[in-house]
Amino acid sequence: MTRGLNLTGLKAMRNNSSRPFYLIPYYLWIALFVIAPIALIVYYSFFDISGNLTFDNYKNFFSSVYLRLTLSSFWYAFLITVFTLIVAYPTAYWLTKTKHKQLWLLLIIIPSWINLLLKTYAFIGIFGLYGPANRFLKAIGIGEQQILFTDFSFIFVSVYIFIPFMILPIFNSLDKMNPALIDASRDLGASSWVTFRRVIFPLAINGVKSGIQAVFIPALSLFVITRLIAGNKVITLGTAIEQQFLVTQNWGMGSTIAVFLILFMIIIMMLTGQRDKGGMANGKIK
Amino acid sequence: MGKLSKKGKAYLAVVFIILYAPIFYLIFYSFNSGGTMSSFEGFTLEHYGAVFSDTRLIIILMNTVIVALLSSLIATAIGVLGAIGIVFLRNRKMRSAVLSLNNILIVSPDVIIGASFLILFTMIGVKLGFASVLISHIAFSIPIVVIMVLPKLQEMSDSLIDAAADLGASKRDILTRVIIPFIKPGIFAGFFLALTYSLDDFAVTFFVTGNGFSTLSVEIYSMARAGITLTINALSALIFIVTLGLVIGYYSFSQRASRNTPGTGGL
Repeated sequence: MTRGLNLTGLKAMRNNSSRPFYLIPYYLWIALFVIAPIALIVYYSFFDISGNLTFDNYKNFFSSVYLRLTLSSFWYAFLITVFTLIVAYPTAYWLTKTKHKQLWLLLIIIPSWINLLLKTYAFIGIFGLYGPANRFLKAIGIGEQQILFTDFSFIFVSVYIFIPFMILPIFNSLDKMNPALIDASRDLGASSWVTFRRVIFPLAINGVKSGIQAVFIPALSLFVITRLIAGNKVITLGTAIEQQFLVTQNWGMGSTIAVFLILFMIIIMMLTGQRDKGGMANGKIK
Repeated sequence: MGKLSKKGKAYLAVVFIILYAPIFYLIFYSFNSGGTMSSFEGFTLEHYGAVFSDTRLIIILMNTVIVALLSSLIATAIGVLGAIGIVFLRNRKMRSAVLSLNNILIVSPDVIIGASFLILFTMIGVKLGFASVLISHIAFSIPIVVIMVLPKLQEMSDSLIDAAADLGASKRDILTRVIIPFIKPGIFAGFFLALTYSLDDFAVTFFVTGNGFSTLSVEIYSMARAGITLTINALSALIFIVTLGLVIGYYSFSQRASRNTPGTGGL
């Protein structure tokens, strides 16, 4: 780097940062839309529906209703993450072996850019009483079933939606791996299963971690799928927040659930965190 | 590396079919003259006609596009300046603190962003409607732009700025004639990403939109809750095409952003 005599330009820019007037909008944004909203959520969590200062919301949260809700939300998010991982890992693995892998990856990602509502809506038709899923069940002799508004449909649709988000980070970390390591492992007599278990999987674990992070947190907080597919049952923390804010209008309780959701999110991110920069550069996360 | 086995190919094929089947299922039935998504009776374009003859829907569509364009333009301006500011922050700790704050909205679940913005707007007295939706979209797009622009800025060598300053460029010249042209691909990529996020957003808008104002996703949600209408299918076919165009646009910019690595950049 040329850091010799010509520090003038750098200084000119650096001096700017001591009076960064061009940064005012950005810092204003941080203050107003990053810090203030979180502070407001915490603040509101201490008020009840008629505006009295209280700890009741927290007490309520630890009552059986909300504890059961939290547990079931975690259970669903866990199931969704596990199934997504089971589908996504082999896909990512085999994708790295295709000839035009970037193109194939792009094709995998494109569905993730299609609006979530539309994909969910498609399943209202597919899983409907006269939809293709039921026609298939009828054809193989099982007969019509109520598929919509069941746990199965909720988990299936969620897994469908999250698959690309899980594939992307796993693909990236598998793709970054040095192929010589695999050759070495095979040369030293490891079977392909042992190579996978002892070499490939541990080396690509960071991709799995970011994938889990990218699926688990939204799975806790999604409310669209539960509303449209799971038939108005409140089964995730996200649905509960939406319900409290927009239906019951109890912002205090909604904020309290949101506070806990933020806490869970931080814990999950710490558990799945990693030093290097995560692979969320392209593809939509949320 | 080993080649793709037969088993692998079959597996990938199944995954691709599952990923695309629902989308093409929707589009297929948008041409159905029967009113359902279960039996195809005959070919028709009437549902597309319904989309374009429904003035309410057209207004909503225009709202959506205006919000998306305006919010991503403003977010790009603020985000680019913010990214430049972050790069030139002297204090390392300060820089990583600002970066962490920047990323909070990217990782936050939509419900939380929506709920907290709803509280914010109610508190400071912004009427729910166009303004609140636009401001929210700007707010959640800014960090995306910053993230897209930062790598380009970090790639830029200090000596470029030094040289410009030595040659007598003012700060303003350095910004507009050295830095901005250099990071242009990043700026476009950020703009495109912001645009798609805005067009795609449902949850945040759902919280902060009042009664009078609606965007396409919110409208689709209320239509879908009422049941199956093939108008949604026609809409989704149109949205699919637009999305495809945007993805291709975004990828061509970000490809260019990563390919144009001049010799001066990097180490």
